[in-house]
Amino acid sequence: MSRQYETVIGLEVHVELATSTKIFCGCSTAFGGAPNTHTCPVCTGMPGSLPVLNRQVVEYALAVGLAANCQINRQCRFDRKNYFYPDNPQNYQISQLYLPVCYDGWVEIETAGGRKKIGIHEIHMEEDAGKLIHDEWEDCSLVDFNRSGVPLIEIVSEPDMRSGEEVIAYLDKLRMMIQYLGASDCKLQEGSMRADVNLSVREAGSTRMGTRTEMKNLNSFKAIARAIEGERKRQIELIEEGKEVVQETRRWDDNKECSYAMRSKEDAQDYRYFPDPDLTPVVISDQWIKEIKDRQPEMQPEKIIRYQKEFGLPEYDARILTGSKHMADIFEETVAICEKPKEASNWLMVEAMRLLKELEQDPEDMAFSPGNLAGLINLVDKGVINRTTAKNVFEEIFVHDTDPEAYVEERGLKMVSDEGALQKAAREVLEANPQSVADYRSGKEKAMGFLVGQTMRLMKGKADPGLVNKIVKDLLTNRLS
Amino acid sequence: MANIISDETIKYVGILAKLELSQEEKESAGKDMGRMLDYIDKLNELDTSDVEPMTHIFSMNNVFREDVVTNGDDRSRMLENAPQQKDGAFKVPRTVE
Repeated sequence: MSRQYETVIGLEVHVELATSTKIFCGCSTAFGGAPNTHTCPVCTGMPGSLPVLNRQVVEYALAVGLAANCQINRQCRFDRKNYFYPDNPQNYQISQLYLPVCYDGWVEIETAGGRKKIGIHEIHMEEDAGKLIHDEWEDCSLVDFNRSGVPLIEIVSEPDMRSGEEVIAYLDKLRMMIQYLGASDCKLQEGSMRADVNLSVREAGSTRMGTRTEMKNLNSFKAIARAIEGERKRQIELIEEGKEVVQETRRWDDNKECSYAMRSKEDAQDYRYFPDPDLTPVVISDQWIKEIKDRQPEMQPEKIIRYQKEFGLPEYDARILTGSKHMADIFEETVAICEKPKEASNWLMVEAMRLLKELEQDPEDMAFSPGNLAGLINLVDKGVINRTTAKNVFEEIFVHDTDPEAYVEERGLKMVSDEGALQKAAREVLEANPQSVADYRSGKEKAMGFLVGQTMRLMKGKADPGLVNKIVKDLLTNRLS
Repeated sequence: MANIISDETIKYVGILAKLELSQEEKESAGKDMGRMLDYIDKLNELDTSDVEPMTHIFSMNNVFREDVVTNGDDRSRMLENAPQQKDGAFKVPRTVE
């Protein structure tokens, strides 16, 4: 008889904030600069340099904390977390242990199992470390401190999740919330959002926590789901074999789909946290909190309601469109130009979603300008092009951000509504397909569809479909001779 | 001296601080640490139940900078601080994970 197990999961999510400068110095946070071109004595840990806190970091942390229903520590401060590693030039990371900026919050997730609140234990501010590149030619490593001092918030959840599905829903919720706030772009692949998974298993019904492991190096939602499944199985196997789960940090290898221990027990970490004397406490007043609350942008739930009321969209459509801040922005800007919300919604919901799936992209990757989508909608509305052509033009816009009017002009894609030309084409098709004509006249109405299709094809898809329909019918019923 | 620092503690602190100490240095460091802890014990004799914990030695708070880039590319000067450099980076002994 096999025993039933419950998986208990808590997450530590690191998010790189969208500030222009680092957390404690005026160096740029721009991604992709040549190594060490965004560095100064502060972020390379030179003795005697003094960190000064970037106000925007506190504002983003507060914005996220308030959106996640957190309590705010009215007086918070920074602590030093001591460890030696070459990516950390000070030999300590400036973080928050004793008085983190936010604590005791929650977000609500929705899965097939219904709605559920996931507790937020705390959110703290800290600095990122440098990047190590392992040299292939010499036996050495190279350190790039461009990322050293880039501001992070770490969002620590309660161990409230019970499945990979809940973890993905929670991460999705956090990502959407933070993107709406403009506090980060939250790209897992580029590392601007990173999740460490703390996981333990216990026999179903037990209230005692099992020994947990922490898993790092998870850089996609799929990798997270696979790592959770892999670790759950590994721990259950250990327990069934009567062995013990060791509390340790493990690194997930998504190619091999397995994890391995990163550090041995002998190398146990002792961070010896203490308050950083270089940084003054941060006092957060009621007034400051109110200002940030007043500035919070419209979030998804409000948008869903507004889209239904203002644009007459069904709730389902409003939910899809607002599922990504970027998609919602494109929708709203398109509507502002062409004033056709239903059309804009249709193009995004049907064609854009189809292309995203085909190209394996996220909504955030959409790079076309709303002006071009609005232009396309107007071309269809004015009858300049038919829908078949419009679909092709949309693909062109989606991939190359093409100006639809110029493209239609250049390629000669305008709809043909010239009755003479259409009649000529239809007659040709009817003559070439006497069997279909006979079929129709003997009562098989379906045959007409074929003839219409052939006529459209002869016109290279550019004909006015309504008009072709009418002409073919007239010819078949001898209303035209 | 009331506080006796064990040899294990000295060894452990040495590992954390990445210090290699001779037997003589270990003994002398142990004595120093014992005296420091004695001093802390002395301070702990004070009744501080009515005193708010100090968060900082200066009575200052909210010292901020605005989020404006003030530093340009100063790589060559930063790399002057590197014991060794290569390809615009600080060169260090190989780290293995």
